Amino acid sequence: MKTEVPVAIAFIAGMLMIVSLFSPHPIFAEPAAVMRNWAIIITAFAYVLGVANIARISAGTVRTRGRDWHYKIVLLASLGVMLGIGLSGGIQAGSPFDWGYINVMVPMQATMFSLLAFFIASAAYRAFRARSVEATLLLVTAVIVMLGRVPVGEGLWNGLPAFTEWIMEVPNMAAKRGIMIGAALGAISTGLKMILGLERSYLGSDK
Amino acid sequence: MRIRFLRERTPAHALPSISSGLLIAALALASLAGGAEAAVSVYDVPNDGGDALRVSWAGELADTAAVLIERLADGETEWKQVATLGGGAGEYVDSGLERGRTYMYRVSAVGTAGSRGAVGAGSGAPHASWFNSERLNQFMIFALYFLAVIICIRLAARGWTFYVRRIAGLKAIEEAIGRATEMGRPVLYVPGIDDMNNIQTIASMVILNDVARIAATYETPMIVPVCRPFVVPVAEEAVQQGYLNAGRPELYKPDTVRYLSDVQFAFTAGVSGIMLREKTAANLYLGSFFAESLVLAETGFSTGAIQVAGTANIHQLPFFVAACDYALIGEELYAASAYLSNEPMLVGTLKASDIAKIFIIAVVLAGVIAQTAGWDAFAEWFSPR
Repeated sequence: MKTEVPVAIAFIAGMLMIVSLFSPHPIFAEPAAVMRNWAIIITAFAYVLGVANIARISAGTVRTRGRDWHYKIVLLASLGVMLGIGLSGGIQAGSPFDWGYINVMVPMQATMFSLLAFFIASAAYRAFRARSVEATLLLVTAVIVMLGRVPVGEGLWNGLPAFTEWIMEVPNMAAKRGIMIGAALGAISTGLKMILGLERSYLGSDK
Repeated sequence: MRIRFLRERTPAHALPSISSGLLIAALALASLAGGAEAAVSVYDVPNDGGDALRVSWAGELADTAAVLIERLADGETEWKQVATLGGGAGEYVDSGLERGRTYMYRVSAVGTAGSRGAVGAGSGAPHASWFNSERLNQFMIFALYFLAVIICIRLAARGWTFYVRRIAGLKAIEEAIGRATEMGRPVLYVPGIDDMNNIQTIASMVILNDVARIAATYETPMIVPVCRPFVVPVAEEAVQQGYLNAGRPELYKPDTVRYLSDVQFAFTAGVSGIMLREKTAANLYLGSFFAESLVLAETGFSTGAIQVAGTANIHQLPFFVAACDYALIGEELYAASAYLSNEPMLVGTLKASDIAKIFIIAVVLAGVIAQTAGWDAFAEWFSPR
């Protein structure tokens, strides 16, 4: 029963969504819209689970003086402070919660994102080392595309921007579309496996 | 309901100022016909849920400043103005209507001097369509694919064995967990940063189940950082089930699945911190990733971990290919559950995908030939609508 009932629910819900894609009749469209709203509501409630999870694990680490337990105190304190000022003062623009978000969260996010520039450089250095035919091909293509997208490339050869566009629009696009078609088929296949109950390992067992 | 013409007289004092010849002609024709039912037509909008009607009137009303559309619903007594259109308009779609209710429409033309005259009226009731004929092409392709899946599953159930090519990235997962076991360090599994409504996250949960089974067999601890709270219970269930399948449920620790943050780079910082502090020996990134992909993969590389990544987000694939030891490209992510479990029925669905790919290749070739020959209808039929 532990798996049969969820599989039956998944089948009914999945088939309803598929049918509502092809039939605009309210008999199908209205329940499908209601279920989409349910999904949003359930997702919102899931935040309680998330907070419970992070609080339980962090509090456990602090209690047992586990590894890096002092960081967990900072985490729990930040969680409590932001939760408190959000619930008491609201989250609208100009509120203390908004001030904390704008002045602490946003700069920290920007800092993490800016690291990407350095990581791209180090990853590109490794990827472009010409150790095999494929890597050499990648290196040559990358150099052409990079040169074709900056003014100095056009200065070297005025046909370079057009050649770069050809590389991006023809061979690159062909490969991208091939991957996208395969991924789309895989996604449909995975969805069908779930709906038909063939894939049920994620549900656990009856034991 | 019989279509009824409602004629509104143009005020006498306004007549000399009407400069629209066509407007007068339309009014005259309406008067002569004594009804002019043909002047305004009301049609049900096809392929909808029965909440819209299309009102159209014959001919363009030249020199007309505006066209007023008024509506009278069945059971109401007062006309309601629903739209004011430009003089060149020839039709109007009125939406947000009640399915099955009859609506009467009155179309009036406003001359450049502000005078007003009726063009005509008509009525109709919106009805819901059972099938969206504009999606016939998608439906046929989906139905064919569905049929191929069913046939392959039936064949697998009857004992047919299907060949599945070796996927290096999937073979590497077990090697990576084995390496982590040898080094006595944990395995990190990141299921992407999207929610459970993303099919990649669902596929990732299925793989997580198998990864947890292998890790439990080797008695290697796992860390599963999660970006979306809704993924937490699913991931916990998948990991627990994996430990149970390995016959080692007692090894499961409640802090294996850790919710960090649903903010993209806060989550990235958290995962990077786990890699650096816990020194994870095998990092598996399988799911939907965005700009954080390279930050994670490069941090993992700096710790010396063996890394296997897989995503169907095409713009992140180059980063994973560049920074990870193995990468599952697009469909390989979805093939993982069938590949790892070797369950005949699941492998059958892989074969259905192969059949679909052969069909798509044939259609692409036929499309190239058709377009080259100047027959556009073939490509148009396959276009999304």
